[in-house]
Amino acid sequence: MSRHDTALYRKELYTPFNLVAGIILIIGCVITVLRFTKGLGTVTHLDDNYPWGIWIGFDLLAGVALAAGGYVTSSAVYIFGMKRYHSAVRPAILTGFLGYALVVFALNYDVGRPWRLPYPFIMQQGTTSLLFEVAACVALYLTVLFIEFTPAALEWLGLRRARNIVTKLTMLLTIFGVVLSTLHQSSLGALFLLAPSKLHPLWYSGYLPVFFFVSSIIAGLSMVIFESTLSHHYFADKMDKTHLEEKEGVALGFAKAASLVLAGYFAIKLIGIAVDNNWHWLATGYGLWFLAELLGFVALPSLLYAVGVREKNLTLIKWTSGMTVFGIILNRLNICLIAFNWHLPYAEKYFPHWMEIGISVFILTIGVLVFRFIVTRMPVLYEHPDYKDTHH
Amino acid sequence: MEFYTLQEFMTYTKGITYLLMAAILVGITGFWLFLTDRDEN
Repeated sequence: MSRHDTALYRKELYTPFNLVAGIILIIGCVITVLRFTKGLGTVTHLDDNYPWGIWIGFDLLAGVALAAGGYVTSSAVYIFGMKRYHSAVRPAILTGFLGYALVVFALNYDVGRPWRLPYPFIMQQGTTSLLFEVAACVALYLTVLFIEFTPAALEWLGLRRARNIVTKLTMLLTIFGVVLSTLHQSSLGALFLLAPSKLHPLWYSGYLPVFFFVSSIIAGLSMVIFESTLSHHYFADKMDKTHLEEKEGVALGFAKAASLVLAGYFAIKLIGIAVDNNWHWLATGYGLWFLAELLGFVALPSLLYAVGVREKNLTLIKWTSGMTVFGIILNRLNICLIAFNWHLPYAEKYFPHWMEIGISVFILTIGVLVFRFIVTRMPVLYEHPDYKDTHH
Repeated sequence: MEFYTLQEFMTYTKGITYLLMAAILVGITGFWLFLTDRDEN
């Protein structure tokens, strides 16, 4: 590398994004050292009332929901045969894989003794526990997503035979992925069935597992549109003709599906209120907050997606996807933190320590950097020239 | 609304839910038509 090349490389490296990401990584590493040397008490505001903070509410519950794009997209393309969305599969699988990998990574910070994470599989007998089911499904689904993603890595490495063997497993892996996702997405909601006296009645419902599963489909569909919007903004030069041509169809198709599922979700949320006769709670402070979530981040996005699809207004669809993603995060935070322990006086409520937020931002930054590393090298946003028209 | 027995509670909430279901069936059908009426064949 000549001196000129080195200078150019350095100039490319010192971008504002890289500098901010670098600072976040350094701070994150310092907090990581504090977490694992001084313990949870030093870096978190967790206590006996709130043993689960934002590392569970945001990193895990919202993370798992937003990583649902993998199973939603692959089942649309491979099971329902909607091949016109094929270009969305690899970015969605990659987002899903990174999402789940970071969920497991974040879990290492949250659990008291992270080296015991494999214990559910080797030490205990409690296979009826919901947490066991979630642990088993997440571990298996992370493996499934890894295998589903390997064709892109194998094409990049030039390992044609291995790539061809893995692509033969596509349908099997897709079906396995849907089964595992149905199980653990709903079980994450079912975890809160254990706390009827702690969770506010408007959020508590016997239908919580159904709510979590249905909203994960919305999260997956919206996340594909949201991620695609960002990818087209930052990695347009990495995309091939097919990807750019299918872009509009993917956004319109996924927005239409999201609009309908949001309408269905709105309906079952109303049924949830009706079967428990919780209408009177709507006229309280928490009720207004519940209505803000239900009307502002479920009913409104459903309508906006529908208008976007009718008018073929991609800008409206993109903004709505961001709004829906925010709504899903808000829903998970409401259930896990805001409407949890609603009887407690305000002074005893949980608010995350700045270092908890720091770790969440640190993990998110790692995700963005790994995503960028992969899409700038591997055939994710384009078809590898040696494998054109060998859709699996 | 006061309830004295589980029977009363279930009758009331099931009644409301069935009415809601009928409204939802009509509402979702209308919404589907709104969503798809500009689709090209």
